[in-house]
Amino acid sequence: MARVHSVLAASVLLVATAINSGAALPRKLASSVERLKAVGAEGQGNAAAQAAWNEVAKAKANQIPELLVAMDGANDYALNWMRAAIETAVQRETTAGAKLSLKSLEVLLRDTQHHPRARRLAFELIQKLDASRAQALLPEFLQDPGSELRREAVAQLMARAAGQTTAAKASAVTTYRQALGFSREADQIEDIAKRLQDLGDKVDLAKTFGWVAKWQLIGPFDNAGEVGFAKVYPPEERLDLKAELAGKSGPVKWFPYETRSEYGLVDFNQAISSLKGAAGYATAEFWSDSARTAQVRLGCKNGWKVWVNGALIFGRDEYHRSAEIDQYRLPVSLKAGKNILLVKCTQNEQTQDWAKEWEFQLRVTDEQGTPIVSTR
Amino acid sequence: MKISLLLTAALTVAGSLGAADWTQFRGPNGDGLSSETGVPVRLEPSSITWSVSLPGRGLSSPLILGDKVFVTVGSGARQDRLHVLCFRVTDGALLWERQFWATGRTMTHEKIGAATPTPASDGKAIYAIFSSNDCVALDLDGRLLWFRGLGRDYPNASNSLGMSSSLVVVDGVVVAMVENDSESFTAGLDARTGVNRWKLDRPKKANWTSPVVFKSPGQPNRVLLQSAQGVTAVDPTTGKIAWDITEGASTVPSLVVNQGKLVIPANGITVVEPVPGEAKPKPVWHSAQLRPGTASPVVVGGRLLTLNDGGILTCADVQDGKRLWQLRLKGSFSATPVAAGGHLYCVSEDGRVQVVDPSKAEGVVVSELPLEQTVIGTPSIAAGSIFVRSDSRLVRLGGTALR
Repeated sequence: MARVHSVLAASVLLVATAINSGAALPRKLASSVERLKAVGAEGQGNAAAQAAWNEVAKAKANQIPELLVAMDGANDYALNWMRAAIETAVQRETTAGAKLSLKSLEVLLRDTQHHPRARRLAFELIQKLDASRAQALLPEFLQDPGSELRREAVAQLMARAAGQTTAAKASAVTTYRQALGFSREADQIEDIAKRLQDLGDKVDLAKTFGWVAKWQLIGPFDNAGEVGFAKVYPPEERLDLKAELAGKSGPVKWFPYETRSEYGLVDFNQAISSLKGAAGYATAEFWSDSARTAQVRLGCKNGWKVWVNGALIFGRDEYHRSAEIDQYRLPVSLKAGKNILLVKCTQNEQTQDWAKEWEFQLRVTDEQGTPIVSTR
Repeated sequence: MKISLLLTAALTVAGSLGAADWTQFRGPNGDGLSSETGVPVRLEPSSITWSVSLPGRGLSSPLILGDKVFVTVGSGARQDRLHVLCFRVTDGALLWERQFWATGRTMTHEKIGAATPTPASDGKAIYAIFSSNDCVALDLDGRLLWFRGLGRDYPNASNSLGMSSSLVVVDGVVVAMVENDSESFTAGLDARTGVNRWKLDRPKKANWTSPVVFKSPGQPNRVLLQSAQGVTAVDPTTGKIAWDITEGASTVPSLVVNQGKLVIPANGITVVEPVPGEAKPKPVWHSAQLRPGTASPVVVGGRLLTLNDGGILTCADVQDGKRLWQLRLKGSFSATPVAAGGHLYCVSEDGRVQVVDPSKAEGVVVSELPLEQTVIGTPSIAAGSIFVRSDSRLVRLGGTALR
């Protein structure tokens, strides 16, 4: 049995090596691929890419796996150029009766070193070739680094749980709990939680999402006429939690605040007062056991800015359009040890019923959406 | 010499638009009117020539160029997969499909989605923009000409309720209104490469209206940008402002041009007339009684028609705004009515196509056909037919064969 495994592993390795070598792409095609990968912001490289695209779209069926591999390292613009060329080539080749190698596509799909979008496209090509095979492969992707594959694998598990609901309630709960553990998409997590609740199993949503719950708040500062969004108030220059600062209508001080909301809402209306034309700040220590990349994920329908360790990450001055979990995903670098999060949240002067909220929710996750919780 | 003239003529025809093609939001002239004849008036179940399923949601209008229908679609739990599909007019067969990953924000109100704006065509290519502000140009056979991620290039250019401004293409420039509360602009993109020909800062205010091309004999083309601030006319080749009306306008229904005058949803309806050489258009009339909802106004045979969200169709004399009649249609409405052969085609959100004859002393519903599908997008008219795109299907009503 062990020998069978090693032979299998060796053949997978051989195919994988062939795919990774890049040798199968003729020079002209490889050069065209490079021109597609050279596109950038504001249409940079578009003119050169146009002719190159026509070359890549002429690729033969046996070159498709290599083209998928060539998506590694491509930026988001180039991925779209590549995708369109590959799909065009596949459509032409398969219409003409050429066969795509299912085996090569599967090898590429399983190799998580390749770009998640190349792997996703490989999966979709497999779906077109052999839908049942694609379904059979899905459970392998419950922990996939690619969000599209992972989501679909979780959806398959949820469908299995739904099928168990009537006959074997306990099994359904177990399967939904498994799905919850694998899911990284907020809407899917909420859906699973609702189904579990219907089965009498309550999910701790706050813990599942991993909100930053303990904050220090200060405010209100002035945001009449929405000028406070751009105005630099003292917390942006120097964080001194003992300082008394000049607020919108008198001195203000930092005070501790812990959200009890299962959606992690830091509610300035409740913590300070229901005000219009006001700005507030929230700060929290976030301890990481290592230096690492992460995402700060924010939901907010007010104006906001986020700083990590004193560096402004992003800000947005849109008011009362809409908010959702993980609305904004901000790539950040965390230091080992203590990191300081600072959020500015500004309320405008709209008076409609739907313009009351002055709040945000924030969590720190990895790139896939797995919550990272402060180690202290 | 004769041969070369013939060749020139042939090439001109090959790269130009057919007279009855439907090339943008509200048709070739952006006024909701089609010159098609033979479009069915008495709709019945047998009027459905074909109906095909779409791989996702959307409310952009189909474009029809010759024997091809082009439709955009958004799919995925976060509406982050963007599709452009091409079907054959005669039988609805899928000719090609291209998919793209959104690079900008895809969050929208649940009623809309990624495929809300309508593409535009100059007869050579399809230019499609999505709510994520991803913009793509494909030739009519599906070859990718360029891709732009305007939401990625300008990271605060988005609207958490979704973007809906359709494209226009004029004088070799694709005009994209990316107007929102934060990083608000309108851009003129080179139709050949997608690069910015110009980028104009615009009012920081969410805006769902669509640009309109204003053509006037002997005058340079203008693109009219409607916003909460008013209407701005720009030179499509440079983005330079030609004139401005600053008395405010709606941010949902879009203005329509009729006989050289602008019929603007602004505090009801405001009509103005641009005059060559004058700094501002001259006022013609204003009526607070005519209040379009989400649907844009349309003028048919000298009659101005506005439709509110609750289905009240109001008819007025376009010369002076005098109200002539009102008619209650069935259902709620988001789609703009379109017209051919003097008849108005109104599609309610529950998919009921209602054909109205607006020419009489009172409005008359001539026929109706319930499609029993959610329809938010404006229908299109070409090839002797009406093309309705629902939340899940593309339906052709009428027409038998391509002429």
